Amino acid sequence: MQSPDVKHIVERLLGPSGAEIGCDECFEQLDRYVDLEVAGHDADAALPGLRAHLEGCPACREEHESLLALVSRHPHS
Amino acid sequence: MTVAGAASVEDVVRPPSVEPGLSVSPSPTGLLDQESREWLRDLRAEGPARDAAVERLHALLLRAARFEVARRRPTLPHLRGDEPGEIALEAADDALMSVLARLDDFRGASRFTTWAYKFALLEAAVRLRKRAWQGREVPLEQETWDLFSSVGLGPAAAAEQSELIAALQEGIAGLTPHQRRVLVALAVDGVPIDVLADRLNTNRGALYKTLHDARHNLRRYLTARGFDTTISFKESH
Repeated sequence: MQSPDVKHIVERLLGPSGAEIGCDECFEQLDRYVDLEVAGHDADAALPGLRAHLEGCPACREEHESLLALVSRHPHS
Repeated sequence: MTVAGAASVEDVVRPPSVEPGLSVSPSPTGLLDQESREWLRDLRAEGPARDAAVERLHALLLRAARFEVARRRPTLPHLRGDEPGEIALEAADDALMSVLARLDDFRGASRFTTWAYKFALLEAAVRLRKRAWQGREVPLEQETWDLFSSVGLGPAAAAEQSELIAALQEGIAGLTPHQRRVLVALAVDGVPIDVLADRLNTNRGALYKTLHDARHNLRRYLTARGFDTTISFKESH
């Protein structure tokens, strides 16, 4: 790790401050969340707590980024 | 599919089953789309029609797995020869089994292809994280008093925030040994959650619950000592 500052460390230690769902629920809801995002709907309002989880969980965040990128590239596969 | 010690689909997918072809939850457009209906119809058919649909599904999943491998390829210079292709194929194979086994769990809340993609992406991502940490030591017994020196915090930064740092160290010291081990490994040392789950013989969901509890306790400790923890932090590795 390369000399992170205090803020960076605190961010990682404390995670998101809002209510969040867990990894299991995140996986269960991720496809709907992404389709809502791609369709231009308010995914955060429809699935509260998922965005906070993505902020706190690097693995789920990576998988969200990949699914969003893939669906955006192949919207009607 | 079972990904040992990771966020296996067994761990993360537990929606109730529904009648075949019945949309019980609104998709973004409010209805099960035509393409998704056709996927379900063909995969529930018998004979050559089903075989062809399964073949198309595998091709779809392989494309998703290759997409994930390609996205991560620049950060995985140690992958050799055919390894990326092999990882993608294994991920697609296992994702196919997962999708077929859970076909009745598809509720029509998204497009079928989006739902299917996420299984392939998960399988590929977990494999790549484990491959990246293959042979690397996972630090599990780090003591709180050398926490900040271990992450390379310079003396100036340490002096600037000495009260906060002291409080963080105290708060971390007050966690249970398991919470402390998980928090330090995931949030300080950057161990991928799938890798840590593997080493601790647990799963992603259970580990994240421990991380969440540790963060909650640490935040409460800081708040009780007058620190403002209401800022919405974004975890970033």
